[in-house]
Parts: sequence; C-alpha cells; structure tokens
Amino acid sequence: MSEPQPPPPGPPEEADVAEPSIEADPEAQTSLAARWDLYQRTGGVITPLLTAIFAFFVGGLVVLVTTGKNPLSTYRAIFDGTGLNWFFPWVTGQEREFAAEDLQQTLLVTTTLILVGIAVAFAFRCGLFNIGGQGQYIAGMIAALQVGVWLPDLAHVPHMILAAGAGALAGAVWAGIAGILKATVGAHEVISTIMLNWIALWIGSYLVGFNGPLQDPNQVFVPVTSEVSQGAKLNVWWGDPKLQGLHIGFFVAIAALVVFWIVLNRTTLGYQVRAVGFNPEAARYGGISVGRNYFLAMAISGAFAGLAGSVDILGWLFRVDLTSVQLSSQIAFIGIAVALLGRNTPLGIFFSALLFGALLNGTSTRNLDPTVFQPELASNLTLIIQGLVVLFVGADLLILYLWRARAKLRRKLRSEPVAQR
Amino acid sequence: MAERRGPVLELRGITKRFPGVLANDHVDLDLYDGEVHALLGENGAGKSTLVNVLYGLYHPDEGEILINGKPVRMRSPREAIDNGIGMVHQHFMLIPVMTVAENVVLAAEPRKAGVFLDYDAAVRRVRDLAAAFNFAINPDARVENITVGQQQRVEILKALYRGADILILDEPTAVLTPQEADELFGILKTLQREGMSIIFISHKLREVLEIADRITVLRRGKRIETVPREGATQDGLARLMVGREVLLRVEKAPAQPTEPLLVVENLTVFDERGLPAVQDVSFGVRAGEIVGIAGVDGNGQTELIDALSGLRSVTSGTVRVAGKDVTTETAHQHYDAGLGHIPEDRHLRGLVLDFSLAENLALHDFEKEPYSRLGWLRPGRMIVAARRLLKEFDVRGGGPKTRAAALSGGNQQKVVVAREVARDPRALVAAQPTRGLDVGAIEFVHRRLVEERDEGRAVLLISLELDEVLSLSDRILVIYEGRIVAEYGPDVSEQELGIAMTGGLVPEAAAS
Repeated sequence: MSEPQPPPPGPPEEADVAEPSIEADPEAQTSLAARWDLYQRTGGVITPLLTAIFAFFVGGLVVLVTTGKNPLSTYRAIFDGTGLNWFFPWVTGQEREFAAEDLQQTLLVTTTLILVGIAVAFAFRCGLFNIGGQGQYIAGMIAALQVGVWLPDLAHVPHMILAAGAGALAGAVWAGIAGILKATVGAHEVISTIMLNWIALWIGSYLVGFNGPLQDPNQVFVPVTSEVSQGAKLNVWWGDPKLQGLHIGFFVAIAALVVFWIVLNRTTLGYQVRAVGFNPEAARYGGISVGRNYFLAMAISGAFAGLAGSVDILGWLFRVDLTSVQLSSQIAFIGIAVALLGRNTPLGIFFSALLFGALLNGTSTRNLDPTVFQPELASNLTLIIQGLVVLFVGADLLILYLWRARAKLRRKLRSEPVAQR
Repeated sequence: MAERRGPVLELRGITKRFPGVLANDHVDLDLYDGEVHALLGENGAGKSTLVNVLYGLYHPDEGEILINGKPVRMRSPREAIDNGIGMVHQHFMLIPVMTVAENVVLAAEPRKAGVFLDYDAAVRRVRDLAAAFNFAINPDARVENITVGQQQRVEILKALYRGADILILDEPTAVLTPQEADELFGILKTLQREGMSIIFISHKLREVLEIADRITVLRRGKRIETVPREGATQDGLARLMVGREVLLRVEKAPAQPTEPLLVVENLTVFDERGLPAVQDVSFGVRAGEIVGIAGVDGNGQTELIDALSGLRSVTSGTVRVAGKDVTTETAHQHYDAGLGHIPEDRHLRGLVLDFSLAENLALHDFEKEPYSRLGWLRPGRMIVAARRLLKEFDVRGGGPKTRAAALSGGNQQKVVVAREVARDPRALVAAQPTRGLDVGAIEFVHRRLVEERDEGRAVLLISLELDEVLSLSDRILVIYEGRIVAEYGPDVSEQELGIAMTGGLVPEAAAS
C-alpha cells in the first residue's frame, strides 16, 4: 500500500491514560465486535493455529481413550481421504488420480463452507450473530432450484447467473426478516434467526417431501424434487462432471472472499457496518442509521449463505431432497466455526473452510479405510473437533487472561519477601 | 488535631502498574488519628488507584500497608472493611428501590430467627447512628427519592455502620452543588471531632484548602509533596499538581454577539421512561458568544443535548440551526445544517475506539468528498486530511492510522474537538468538553472554544463543572428539573448559581 506508516506511538506522556479506573469505559471494550477486534490483534495468526492444533490433539486423545486406536494412524488415514496428498509431488500414478478425486470432493465442501463462513463473518463485523445460515441456505437452495427447473430454454450463462442470483436473493430476504425485526422492534437476531431456521426447515421439508408441491412427479416414492435443467448447471473444470467434479462455484467462493474484503474496507457501506459493529452509539452520533445497517448487514450476510445453497444445487446436487434439507444445519453450524477460527478475515476463512472441508470429506464413509478407523466414529470425530475449535476460540481469551495472571503472580512472588518482612 | 502518636494508617512504597503505565510509583502516605488528609492531583495522577489499592480493589505490585503499625494485606474490600476502612465511591453503590436503612445494613443485617431481616432493628440502629453523628436523614425513605447529597450521607453511614474508623472519600464533591458540598464539609468536621480519620480525594484546590489538615500532591503516579494546610496557597498547590505555572482563568475579550444561530423554542423532551426530562425550554445562542448551561447532573442536560443534535426525538417545540428548522431531522441533517457537537462521553459516542484516527475524523463526512466518491472510500485522502488535523490540533501519541483507543484521554478529546471544529459549524454544542482531562488539555480545549467564539460561531457549553461554566460563558442559563430557571451575566457569584441550581428560585421562575 502506498500509505505511509504512522510514527510509532510514543510513550504515554499524557498522564490521564495512567488510570484505567473502574468507570473508564465499560461500553467501549465490551461490545462484541470490539472484543473480537482486540482478540484479533493480540493473537495474529498464531492463536488460531494453536487452537486448531490443540483441538486435533484433544480429538486424538478422544480416539485413543475411547477406541484404543492409534490417533496418528487415524489422522493419517483421514488425511489420505482428503486428497490433500495431491499436493505432494511424490504421489504419482493411480494414487494421484484417487487423490485428485478426493481433493475435488474436499474443495466442493470447502466452497460451501467459505460462503457460509463469510455469511457469519459479515454479520459479525456489524456486531450481529447470524445463526440463521441454515434457513438462508435452504432458502437459497430452493430458489436456485426453482429458477433452475423453470426456464429450461434459457441460454446457459444467463440461466446460471439468474439461478444463482435467485438463491442469493432468497437468502438475503430470509436473513433480512431478522434484520428488519432487529432494526425496528429490537428483536435479538440470535433468537429470530434460530426461529427462521426452523420455519425454513419445515417449509423446505413440506415443499420437497411426499406430495409436496416441488416433489418430482416422476418419482412419487422418493422425497426429492425434479432436477435443474442442463442449462443452469455450473461448469465443471476439474474432474468428471458425471462424478461430482469440481465446479466453477469454487471460484465464486474465492471471488466472494475478495468482495467481502472490498465491501468492508473500501466502501462507505463497509465503513458504516464496521462503525455500527464496533460502537453503535458512536455510529448513531456520527449520523449513521444503525437500524438500516443492521438490516443491510443481515441481508448481505444472508445473500452469502443463500449463494452457498445455490452453488450446491447448481454445482453438484442438482435436486433438493429431504435429507439435504435436514442436513443443512450441519453446514450452517460449521460455517460458524469457520468464521470463528478464521477470525472473520478472508484469508482465515479460506483456510479454516479448507480445514473443515477436508475433515468432513476425510472422515466420510467413502474415503476412510474402515480397517484403520470406523467411518461412523470418524464423522463424529469431525463434530468433536468442530466443537473443540468453537470452545477453544472462546477459551483463548481465557488463555490470554491466565497468561497475564501468571505474569502478575510471578511479579508478586518476587516482591513477596519484601512485603512480608 | 493530629496527635503525635504514630499514624493509624501508613502506605509505604505503593507501586501499581497497568499494562504500559505506572499508575503509582512508590507512593508513601500516612494518616493520623482524627486527621483529614487530602489527596490532590489531576485526573490520572493516580489518586483513585492508590485508594483502590488501600480498599483491596487493586493489588499493589510493590509496597506495604500498615494499620496502627501492623502490616496488613488487603486482598478484597471485605478485608479492608474488617480493618476498619470505609470507602465512599464517586459513583454510589446503593440500591435505589431499597430504603436508607436497608441500604445501610446490607451485607451485615440484623436478623430475626436467623434468617429474616429485622427491619425495625435496622431502622433503630441507623437512626441511632445518624443521631450520634448529627446527620439529618430519614431511615425509612427510599434511596431513589432522596437527593444526591443525602445519598452520599447514606454511603457514609454505611461505612460507619460497618465500624469504619478510616473513611475514604473519592471526589465526593463532584456530584454536589456548592451548598451540598458545604453540608458535607460540616459532616466531615463532625466525624473528625468524633475521632475518624479521613482521606479526601479531590482535584479542586479551593475545597482542599478548606477541609484538609494536610495535603499530599500526586503527579503522574508519584508523590510530589505533602504539605500542611497552613501556608499552602492555591497557586502553590496548582504548581505542585501540574509541575509548571498554570493559568487558572481563561483570558478572553468581551463577547460581540450578532445574529442567533442556535434557537430553541418551547422544547419538551421525554426520557427513556416516558417522563418529561426537558420542559418548555426556550433560549437562543448568538454568533460570537458562549452560552453556558449550569446545572446539577441529571436535570435534563443529557436529554437537551440529544434533542439539540437530533439523537432523541422532540416531543414539542422547535430547534433551529442557522435559521433552518431541524426539529424532526436526523443527526446527519443537523450536521449538514451547520451544527457541531462535542458529545458528553467521548468513549460512548465521540469516538469509535477501534477505528483509526483517520476513520474517526471522517465520522460525519465519510459519504462526502474527499473521503469517498460514489460509495467508494478513499483511505489515502482520509489520511492526508487526518494528518493535517492532527497537526493543527496538536494531537500526540499517534498518527492517522493509530487506533483511537491507543491515545490518552486528552488527545482523544482533541481528536473529537478537531473533527467538530474542522467541519466549520455555525453552532457548536460542547457537552462536558473537558471531562476527565488534565489541566494542560483543559487549557487547550478552553482556549479553542474561545477562539471558535471569536470566529463567529455560536457556542453552547453544557457542563457540570461550575468553574468551567463561570470562566468561559458570556451568559449563563441554569437548568433545574428540565427547565431553564434563571439567566445570569458572566459575573454572577458561585453562591447565587448554586441556589438556582438546586431549585431555590423555582417558585419565582414559575411565576414569571
């Protein structure tokens, strides 16, 4: 960047900084986003890495204690199932082909997780906790499917864009409801998005279920919708389109990361969103409409989650079935872990989405060697590690605190003999 | 008064560090039986830190505390109380819906059958205690219904009830009117006669000279000197406090007011509970004058400020800025009409502490050129503009990209003032503009406000510091219970203002 560096902050010459008295600024430091920011600054990239490593370590202990299997060989088997060994140049021949297929699946999941991760992160930067990824994802799936099934004669590119856009829009509307409720009557977004999740889940189940309006008329005994028309399907650029190759949605997700950064840091909208997230009262004083930003941030957040639903439908699912509606909660909640571990930054979200994508794929029944570890247990291991990550992300504030307390104790012990005499 | 038989309390070499700051640096303090010992210092000099260490709220990094010559450790306020130390905090720790008696006995209640509060016994004891120290207070009154001065007495009673013989008062006069402060001093003298030892914290020279036997001056965490009251002068103490000569009075020429720029007519504003907080207030501020609004905290100042700046809806009446009716407009439109607003609380409102200084300086105008164009921010322009402003307003401790939270309070306030003044407002609402600042920064802000006045802006100053209102204002309005009850010229006496501030003029004002 061309911007010159600021001079290093000098020593606190003004005396009035010297007294963080009890009433100093309770509001300033306690807002969710402000705390988050502080936390980001204190740890940089080290703490999320440690968090992940620690989560895997505890996960390994769980493997050891509960099954008696060797955690290292279990992790090795999971790793081989993720296809990440494709990046190793010494992997060749048939092994490399298998690795490529596995990696395509991993990146397929990563794509979805990046988008739902951004959804959580964007709302978070406005001080909102969007737990409604599931509902927005379902809304996105169904809207994309509908546009994909209708208009079978539309040309390929406009059809893709229209269908994907419809999904994003549906997600935006679904999250926007929570945003409007927050902005107008102050309903807490955590409560309203959870409620909207259930509404979406049951509406979705009704639509695609038996005798539902969207059920495929040709398969009355299966709770599944018709397939999106060929024109709306996303192009596959790596692997076999018939075997769930990697579609261009991956690039959409990468682009979304860039858009996420640009909107937040380079637009007046992002300025407002961040101001509201850090300190809504100061934003209001500054002349920013807090309610409007709550609504916009929720809607944009929902658009990303809806887009995640779109690319899944248009990229590889092609139909909505009852299971994918009901499994959507898993995707959405891993999205929260992705955003937390990735610290709401684009790069962080990318890598933590890759981590969780790899875990999900590596522990799937298809990829894990059952002689090493039972896949049924392994998918639970994914959940355990996910849970541990969420726990430790919250806990490393605690670790930081304990660290300071330790330093304090040391100093105290040093001065102790003097004080006792 | 101070009998020479060893101090009842001794602090030796107290050192307390906060991250990056040495709040107390080997501070010594001794307190004799029956003595009033004042701790004098600017905001941030370490006075509160020191007494919080003494009261067990902070743990010192070094140093020791001796009571009657015996070393003690204060691990919590509980232990401080057990050692006979009582503290009256600046912000009272009372439960508003409970009665005086209930508040006093809280945590050490007289009981019936082991579990039930013996309320009659509580009232009796509180009444006895009040009588012993000659307090006028009704034990049955609810705390929310009594005045701030009386609430303070409840705090003192609480300490006495718990058997305190050392009483710490943290800036006790900050919330009081001059009359209430006089009453407090009367009480303190009674307590002193009964053998209490008192530590009295203040940054006000006059009252320290009035009440204290000895005065310890702190500056930047260090004890500078302990002086007896005899022979101490305001100027001498100010020099010790600040470390250099200070101008205690603001120099300014008489005002040359012209056309009214901020006009308020019959303004009524409700508070959060739906009760009228500002009632039928009318006044005007003309270009080239500073109008001060004096009043005890909580008499509608906050609601008035909010209504003037578009942050709270107006129930009736009008607000005009430079001729434009902005009564029902948003905060943004107030700014566009030419209003500048230095808010009461720079942490809550004035700054987004996690934003950089450049971003903070653009807070009102980020949607306009040069800070942005067509919805795109231009960070480079923000930084250029910020660098200029930071230089002009002498903000130290960081550059345009420094986070606002990293600055000291005085420099933060300079950033706020810079932003509001640089927009070239017609009318400037300055609410508590020097709250929590040290003398140097106060001087800067005061000088700047007078300069803005001389530039032809209309300045409305709302402050709880009577000295500030008196030294800056060309006209003084007194607000009491949401009404403007009196108007004075700049030469009014503090006594007269004090009477008006406590409603002494209300019947007369209502009649006129």
